[in-house]
Amino acid sequence: MPNLTYIALIPLLPLAGFLLLGIFGRNYFKTTSGIIGTTLLLIATVLAIYTAYGYFFEYGKVAGVYQKLVPLHYTWLEFSKGVSIDMGIILDPISVMMLVVVTFVSLMVHIYSLVYMKGEERFPTYYAFLGLFTFSMLGLVVSSNIFQMYIFWELVGVSSFLLIGYYYDRPSAVAACKKAFIVTRFADAGFLIGILILSFYSGTLDFNTLIQKLTSPDSVELKNAVAASFLGVSALTWGLVLVFIGGAGKSAMFPLHIWLPDAMEGPTPVSALIHAATMVVAGVFLVARLFPVFAISAPEALNLVGYVGAISALIAAVIACTQTDIKRVLAYSTMSQIGFMMFALGVSGHGGENGLGYTASMFHLFTHAMFKALLFLGAGSVIHFIHSNEMKDMGGLRKYLPITHITFLIACLAIAGVPPFAGFFSKEEILLAAYQHNSIIYYVALFTSGLTAFYMFRLYFSIFWNKKADIHGEHHGEGGFALLMPLILLAVGAAAAGFIPFGNFVSSDGTKLESAFHLQFSILPVAIGLIGIFTAMWLYKKKNDKPDKIAASLSGLYKAAYRKFYIDELYTFITKKILFNLIGRPAAWFDKNIVDGLVNATGKATQTISEKIKGMQSGKVQQYAIYFLIGVIALAVLFIYVWK
Amino acid sequence: MNLLLLILVPLLTATAILLMRNASQVKWVALTGATAQLILAFVLFFAFRKEQAAGNPLQMLFQQQYNWFPSWHISFHLGVDGISVAMILLTAFVVIAGVLVSWNVARMTKEFYFLLILLSLGAYGFFISLDLFVLFFFLEIAVIPKYLLIGIWGNGKKEYSANKLALMLMGGSALVLVGLLGVYFSTPEHTFDLLKLSDIQIPPEVQKICFPLLFVGFGVFTAIFPLHTWVPDGHSSAPTAGSMFLAGISMKLGGYGCLRVAVFLMPQGAKEYSTIIIVLSTIAILYGAFATMMQKDLKYMNAYSSVSHCGFVLLGIGMLTKVSMTGAVMQMVSHGLMTALFFAVIGMIYERTHTRQVNEMGGLLKVMPFIITILFIVGLCSLGLPGLSGFVAEMTVFMGSWQHPDPLHRIATIAACLSIVVTAVYILRAIGQTAMGPIKAGYENLSDATWNEKLAAIILVIGIVAIGTAPFWLNDLVSPASQLILEKIQLVQ
Repeated sequence: MPNLTYIALIPLLPLAGFLLLGIFGRNYFKTTSGIIGTTLLLIATVLAIYTAYGYFFEYGKVAGVYQKLVPLHYTWLEFSKGVSIDMGIILDPISVMMLVVVTFVSLMVHIYSLVYMKGEERFPTYYAFLGLFTFSMLGLVVSSNIFQMYIFWELVGVSSFLLIGYYYDRPSAVAACKKAFIVTRFADAGFLIGILILSFYSGTLDFNTLIQKLTSPDSVELKNAVAASFLGVSALTWGLVLVFIGGAGKSAMFPLHIWLPDAMEGPTPVSALIHAATMVVAGVFLVARLFPVFAISAPEALNLVGYVGAISALIAAVIACTQTDIKRVLAYSTMSQIGFMMFALGVSGHGGENGLGYTASMFHLFTHAMFKALLFLGAGSVIHFIHSNEMKDMGGLRKYLPITHITFLIACLAIAGVPPFAGFFSKEEILLAAYQHNSIIYYVALFTSGLTAFYMFRLYFSIFWNKKADIHGEHHGEGGFALLMPLILLAVGAAAAGFIPFGNFVSSDGTKLESAFHLQFSILPVAIGLIGIFTAMWLYKKKNDKPDKIAASLSGLYKAAYRKFYIDELYTFITKKILFNLIGRPAAWFDKNIVDGLVNATGKATQTISEKIKGMQSGKVQQYAIYFLIGVIALAVLFIYVWK
Repeated sequence: MNLLLLILVPLLTATAILLMRNASQVKWVALTGATAQLILAFVLFFAFRKEQAAGNPLQMLFQQQYNWFPSWHISFHLGVDGISVAMILLTAFVVIAGVLVSWNVARMTKEFYFLLILLSLGAYGFFISLDLFVLFFFLEIAVIPKYLLIGIWGNGKKEYSANKLALMLMGGSALVLVGLLGVYFSTPEHTFDLLKLSDIQIPPEVQKICFPLLFVGFGVFTAIFPLHTWVPDGHSSAPTAGSMFLAGISMKLGGYGCLRVAVFLMPQGAKEYSTIIIVLSTIAILYGAFATMMQKDLKYMNAYSSVSHCGFVLLGIGMLTKVSMTGAVMQMVSHGLMTALFFAVIGMIYERTHTRQVNEMGGLLKVMPFIITILFIVGLCSLGLPGLSGFVAEMTVFMGSWQHPDPLHRIATIAACLSIVVTAVYILRAIGQTAMGPIKAGYENLSDATWNEKLAAIILVIGIVAIGTAPFWLNDLVSPASQLILEKIQLVQ
């Protein structure tokens, strides 16, 4: 194995950018901060690709199996022997893949933002935060220790908070960033408790040791973790489910998804980076990281992952069909696609052919990062042009934004699963895995892919076809090279990434997975996808009143979906009514009136008593004589009657 | 290194302040003195690490002993272990920051600075005493200045708050004194010497009575539930530096006392009462957090959140494992730095907006980017963001607490873990309302931090980040000391 310490530079370069621009940006790099951030990230990207090449083609594979290498490893905080938080780098197929995805998408967003965010007052701050996010996300994917991952997990959360709240003077952005942070924090508490449980039974926080101890059938740790149970569920399952709750929060799985649509208040390139391609898939990555434990030792927990993923995929797709804000449509679409990745893991087994779901999930994560980032950047280009997020303000834009139009179409075809675009291959594998292992999930997924094709093309036709938008006044064109280059590069990815023989590189046990292509199997999903596309075309290509009529005829369902199934209202009820009014207010009242009241009452009582008895010290000898007499009599009585 | 310096430097500073003629001289003398303290604290830290690295087996290093009241076996016995060194560093950081933010105190400047330095003298003395009587003596030195600081320079209902604080802390001290005397008379040697007492087994029946006296007595200082009500009123009425010293130093005297005196000398009592401690501290953590959520005044908010955060200190101590006790000490240091900084920022905001009500502010990020950036940092530290000190301390407490597999300890730990969500709610509410949103009318022309405020904030941020990014140095400092306390506990059946 060559010297790989340079890999530490990949996360550290964006960190350097954050510190440099965060501290000095306002004063010294007012206009150059974009270039500085982008340059640092370009170097990181080159290093990441170099690493990926080296890992996949040179030193990663030993005897046909991709190894888990740990080239760097420092003890950060030692609790006791064997239990410590370490800062390290792990290299395995998924972390190397994520290094490339994160740096590449981040680089695209950095370049895109040079134009998109130009002239913003807090331009240096924006690039500083992007650097912080990229650093945290890279730290997360290379974590060799579960607590290290938790640390970076929190850091990506806070970068997301800062970037959603970038337009801090808009009340809606402030509300959105708080919501995102608090909802994910709630989930993170689950993750934390899960870590405590897993580390208690395995006696380590190191991923490799932990996985090894909790999967080998004859280990004492595994036996203890399975034997201990709470409410009829083993401690190991509890631990994994709690960890998964953390993942579900970050990956916006039902019912913890409510923060994601609101997070669209952030600048659009940020949505592309954080809320489409990288941070939101952290939950999938977490389950994948612990996958052997899930699959071998706690299949119940893995089942839960599968069902949560499938439900999220379906619900999000239904809601996406009704939304009118283009970024929100994309947000729900992201949630739905992450649902696909989740249930793909949920239906997967470990090792060999059984691990198809695992490979498919990672494959979809990879292709989704390309086409979803592209969709968001395309949407950004549209919003930049039309100054609105609402579909009703758009239409016929294909003439004004030709490159955006083409690249957006490619992305739509990719997500709809039309061959030969990238999404087709990854979705095919997911559906095949579901078909082999769980037929309920398979049918849900099939239906959802139809919906996906429908709502994506509803979006596409509403933006680029349909009626002609009202375009008046000064409108700059499509933006410069910096705005278009990321679109084109990502479009190449979205079109061609499917041809990568993914099973050769990423599989549940590191061996090569031959994913046979089944033509007869892929006919049905493609047909359903095409039905979705043509329905959307029929309804939205030209302006007509059919969509409104259909919405009216389905009024109950439509309204419920449009209102996002009232989940937000439910949350408001819980937080406002229960947390604040039922717990917070009484606690504050109790403290002020009862606890403090007692303290004050003690003070008052002391004062009153001393007020009462101060008359006794009168200085009058006769009075003292009487007290003396009373005392003597009292003592006499005591001596005679009590101590007798 | 000579520990007497830690007492002499503040003493000399205080004397010099009294001799100065005008306010400007006073300030510079105080700043010089505070800088000297900080340098001294670092010298001590490095000297201690050197001894530690050399493998010095003594529990208490740099010991010195002078006779004081030989007939009562009271001697001026000084010495430090890792926990004391950590607390001394904390004190030095808070003192210099407190001196810097008080730069604009116009009324009775000389007396103000004199009291600040006097308070620091009491704190250093307390942290280095190995004789319980001397320790108590310094504890009292640290209480009196607070009464005056609030009563004279405070605002709002300051007389009420000053009285309440002084009486409750005096009440705590009274309990401590009774406990100390109980310990003193229970042993045949009649000694106040901490090390001698730790070698003698204090009889179990004495521990049964004296442990709660000492623990509750010191606990009042560190806001043990339900004796925490001096905290909100005391902090909110105090001047900025007063709040900083109160939260950053005074509250830590209590935690240190609980650990060093109560648990260390009476491990059996500690074991016996640990359930109660855990229950009370868990209540404090959650109840404090929920009460914080409803506060509208920034200072009340931070004071209640201190109740919640100090609950972690007591929880860590009550859990009686090496890791949890180390976590408790880390939480003391972290909370000290963080709350001092929080109060400093609140003071800076108040000086400009003349309000502390969150709903009267908005959009301040636009006009005071530096101050608000610090507010973000300290808020994120409070809610336990990795990279800042709060995270490290809390996680250490959690890891330590989780080592007990029985339901009580589990429930307490889970409840404490869940409090991080509530913390996030109240911190983000406060930050969202003050810093973000459209700027409120009338605040457009406010100025950002001045040099002294910037310096104070940066010093404390350095401390917070140093612990948050490289916790191993603090862990290495503290955990050998908690190991020794643990060994005492393990001797008990």
